[in-house]
Amino acid sequence: MDVANSIDPFIYRLAIFVLAIFVGYYVVWSVTAALHTPLMSVTNAISSVIIVGALIAAGPVEMSFSKILGIVAIGLAAVNIFGGFLVSQRMLAMYKKKQ
Amino acid sequence: MSANLTALAYLIASVLFVMALRGLSSPETARGGNIYGMIGMAIAIITTAINPDVVSYGWILTALVIGGAIGAFIARRIAMTDMPQLVAAFHSLVGLAAVLVAAGAYYNPAAYGIADGSGDLQLASRVEMGIGVVIGAITFSGSIIAFGKLQGLVTGNPVTFPGQHALNALFGAVIVILAVLFAISPDPEWFWAMTALAFVLGFLLIIPIGGADMPVIVSMLNSYSGWAAAGIGFTLENTALIITGALVGSSGAILSYIMCKAMNRSFISVLLGGFGGDAIASTTYSDRPVKAGGAEDAAFIMKNASSVIIVPGYGMAVAQAQHAVREMGDMLKQHGVKVTYAIHPVAGRMPGHMNVLLAEANVSYDEVFELEEINSSFPNTDVAFVIGANDVTNPAAHEPSSPIAGMPILDVDRARTCLFVKRSLSPGYAGIDNDLFYADNTMMLFADAKKMIEDIVKAL
Repeated sequence: MDVANSIDPFIYRLAIFVLAIFVGYYVVWSVTAALHTPLMSVTNAISSVIIVGALIAAGPVEMSFSKILGIVAIGLAAVNIFGGFLVSQRMLAMYKKKQ
Repeated sequence: MSANLTALAYLIASVLFVMALRGLSSPETARGGNIYGMIGMAIAIITTAINPDVVSYGWILTALVIGGAIGAFIARRIAMTDMPQLVAAFHSLVGLAAVLVAAGAYYNPAAYGIADGSGDLQLASRVEMGIGVVIGAITFSGSIIAFGKLQGLVTGNPVTFPGQHALNALFGAVIVILAVLFAISPDPEWFWAMTALAFVLGFLLIIPIGGADMPVIVSMLNSYSGWAAAGIGFTLENTALIITGALVGSSGAILSYIMCKAMNRSFISVLLGGFGGDAIASTTYSDRPVKAGGAEDAAFIMKNASSVIIVPGYGMAVAQAQHAVREMGDMLKQHGVKVTYAIHPVAGRMPGHMNVLLAEANVSYDEVFELEEINSSFPNTDVAFVIGANDVTNPAAHEPSSPIAGMPILDVDRARTCLFVKRSLSPGYAGIDNDLFYADNTMMLFADAKKMIEDIVKAL
């Protein structure tokens, strides 16, 4: 294929990024103010999806500086994932309506 | 698993994350939404773990188990009043993880398939990595300071010094230059110098910001942690990270905007900091007469009222008075009083802080109202019961010359009687006297919030 006519995959990623910002924008505006604290703990938990990058760094068999960084990052992200989702669950369980 | 299947699994995980946020539009759907979030995370992790490049699981599982156990322990034990510091601490971990992942990719780009012909990181990835690592580092150190301020380890007062903004600008400029140098030639010294300066800049950016501006700052750091994840996502060419980063980034940005609007301040003025520091010195304390009362007086007034609006603020969180408040509300309801709660968007130290505390104390969420929903009800209300919420009730906000001019406030002064629980007449964070204390229809209840409310419960 002619190089000038092929689209750099970066452009696709940029498109995904921009559209995701819009999705986030509209979804978050519909979050009720009463749940803004759980919103922060949930977003915090899902931003720890950065763990996927850490898994790749920690994946190879032989030990290396890169692998050590990956292992530490997995530990940190795991604190966030478990802590973030569980504390959100704990908070959300408290929001009750009396009959 | 083929690259296509992996990408599709990431797409499913991203959709589940969107559904997790969508669930938060109401308390009934929020618990289900959180489950979607957990499933999405599990899919993302498993998909990556069975990737052919990931072959050694021993250390991965060890780190997951240790980190997960610590996280689960904290989530179970943390007091609800400490949520702001917990969220700040969690943001710092995301920031640090982003820096570590970037460094991991920098030292082994081939594992991510982002190496150029000579085995170095390719140009586009270097640019994206620079952005991601700088935002991640700022998020990390900034969140540490925010945590310290919220936990009381670092002074909550603004820390300012001459030339502060010029110094920050200089740091910012040097970081940009280093990022450009790193993009031109990926030497480790550029990478680490850029990262180290960004750590320092994170500290410098947050120290001038005072305690009550923390709702904006915690939201902003929430946003930064998202942008850092997205930046790393571009570097690693990982759509799950890009989408999630964008979602979190825009979420934090919206929360910052809502918080700024609720204080009628611009984001820039919050960022520049120093608010509330100098103003206290210039305040002239008035010695106007104040009507003060005790628990019996307050109990008598409220018992004979037909409607009471309770206005909690940071003082309630500090005194851990939320359970006593709910007990008082229940007692009043037994006396046939209509009890509702009014929450200002910036009451407390993070968005929604008061709502969580009331929920913890078993207050039904349909009795809790936001500023716009309830403000018109104050003129028809017998008693506004304010617990340590000073600036957000200060009528000075209606005067153009006031430092808090234009800030939307809860009109507690329009209620027939205003009971104000506070330890002293000291001004709030904005450093201005509150006319409300001296109004004819205000009765001050000078005491620790928890003790005063427990005494009122006894008197009822």
